[in-house]
Amino acid sequence: MSDPLADLYQQVILDHAKRRSGSGQLDAFDAEHYERNPTCGDEITVQLALSADRKSVDALAWHGDGCSISMASASVMSELVTGKPVTEVRRMIDAFRELMRSRGTIEPDEDLLGDAVAFQGVSRFVMRVKCAMLSWVAAEACLTQVG
Amino acid sequence: MTPTENATTTLNREPTNSAADLKAADLSAPEVSRIRADFPALDQMVNGHPLAYLDSGATAQRPRAVLDAERRFLETVNAAVHRGAHTLAALSTEEFEAARETVAHFIGARPDEIVWTSNATDALNLIASGIANASRGRGGPDSARLALKPGDEILITEAEHHANLIPWQELAVATGAVLRWIPLRDDGTFTLEDAAAAMTERVRIFAFAHISNVTGSVAPVAELVELAHAAGAITVLDACQSAPHRRLSVAELGVDFAAFSGHKMLGPTGVGVLYGRAELLAALPPVRTGGSMITTVTMERTEFLDPPQRFEAGTQPVSQAIALAEAIRYLDGVGLDRIEAHERRLAQTMLAGLSSIPGVRTVGPVVGEDRAGLVSFDIAGVHAHDVGQFLDAQGIAVRVGHHCAQPLHRRLGLTATTRASTYLYTTDADVERLLESVAGVRAYFGAAS
Repeated sequence: MSDPLADLYQQVILDHAKRRSGSGQLDAFDAEHYERNPTCGDEITVQLALSADRKSVDALAWHGDGCSISMASASVMSELVTGKPVTEVRRMIDAFRELMRSRGTIEPDEDLLGDAVAFQGVSRFVMRVKCAMLSWVAAEACLTQVG
Repeated sequence: MTPTENATTTLNREPTNSAADLKAADLSAPEVSRIRADFPALDQMVNGHPLAYLDSGATAQRPRAVLDAERRFLETVNAAVHRGAHTLAALSTEEFEAARETVAHFIGARPDEIVWTSNATDALNLIASGIANASRGRGGPDSARLALKPGDEILITEAEHHANLIPWQELAVATGAVLRWIPLRDDGTFTLEDAAAAMTERVRIFAFAHISNVTGSVAPVAELVELAHAAGAITVLDACQSAPHRRLSVAELGVDFAAFSGHKMLGPTGVGVLYGRAELLAALPPVRTGGSMITTVTMERTEFLDPPQRFEAGTQPVSQAIALAEAIRYLDGVGLDRIEAHERRLAQTMLAGLSSIPGVRTVGPVVGEDRAGLVSFDIAGVHAHDVGQFLDAQGIAVRVGHHCAQPLHRRLGLTATTRASTYLYTTDADVERLLESVAGVRAYFGAAS
């Protein structure tokens, strides 16, 4: 199918929207942030636990309600950042934001973003960019909380 | 079931304010085709498909006559109104006031009962803010009758659009009045009995939508007004979804205030209408102050003009008002009763079709019950945003989200719905395409059981 819809809803995205990796709550966490998209009512709460040395992300869990793009994005992000150094997670967030703002003009760094490159097509749907960004923005706020 | 049988059933069962409505003929397919030829925006391809525009409840498309009327005014007359001694200023003022007369006639009001606003939200805020001003002692001796004090009640319904909810929340905070609401039943509607149970002698203002922008249910306006008046309350009607789609007479319904927007009734954005019964408008203190709304100004104080000018400070949406009058002439030319019959039939077809698709839950009145020409629905396992995207890829334009009615959605246990809304130019083919498309949604998103 060569329609724009297939560009948006890559199979990876549809799969993650159902799989919802990282969906749930952590028993203990270092930061928590709630984010809402007022235009569509999507909401998400991200919880983040750091490693003992506070240098990497030990676990990231999220719960919320939203469209397939926002849910899949949270799922992909959760898998990506778990176990990664905080500095790398920050680079991922920056790279993902840049990708989302690119309107399809840049080639994503697959080594850094992994499955998140599937969201490249979303960047051409301006009204859906916020959906994809929702969990990432919440994760960024969590990182800010922990310094 | 054919659409015609369905419509007949509905029309016979439905109590309306006018016997003429019962006899109104639906628009024929050739008539709808001729109407569509007047709307340039409808004739286009979207994502490789002919546009099926099912979002008129949000904003309606405009016929060429309306676009031309605004352009003609701007190219030949355009000048400041109510000031200036030159010929164009006089012509501008005449056309502007003629537009006010057209709107007044359209809803059974007097011209001095029509206030131009920027939209319905602005109109509702104007009423609430005017009452807030009266409550803090502004205005003349008559204004005291509108003043609220702690313990007074403002009654709304749980179904209201945020524009008919938040201004009242703010007014309650400003005055110490209590905001109460008629709770909704499981289908998102309320009955006259529910309203009666909520009405107390302390209710001073009762504000409600004529037609819900989500459920499409139609409020029994005259009966609700009678109930409110018996309790000593004034009534505010949100007519956004009714004024464009059915004959509306504020005189017959007895409402005290009403609000609607130009852009939902084939007119421009940036112009809306506030209707206020003459004696109440006269008692309402001004809200926005400045030029064009005064008689005498000194450095210490100001005398204000009578309504409607008292509420029209600063430059008004003149070309938009003139274009809105043209939109009203267009609607009158087709006939509001016939537009209503057309949409009613389409709504029943949509409702029956959507209800029969597995996993689809429609909200509001069910098949055979009275409802306006819009249907909101939820598809199990698929978010409304994704539904809208899927339909858009096939050229079908619908609204998704909470439709500025979060409390109503919360009551229904939903965060968002998909809404398809019709107008005089909506075809059976538009509705058929919607139904076909919706039937494929769950499979696409892997939600089919």
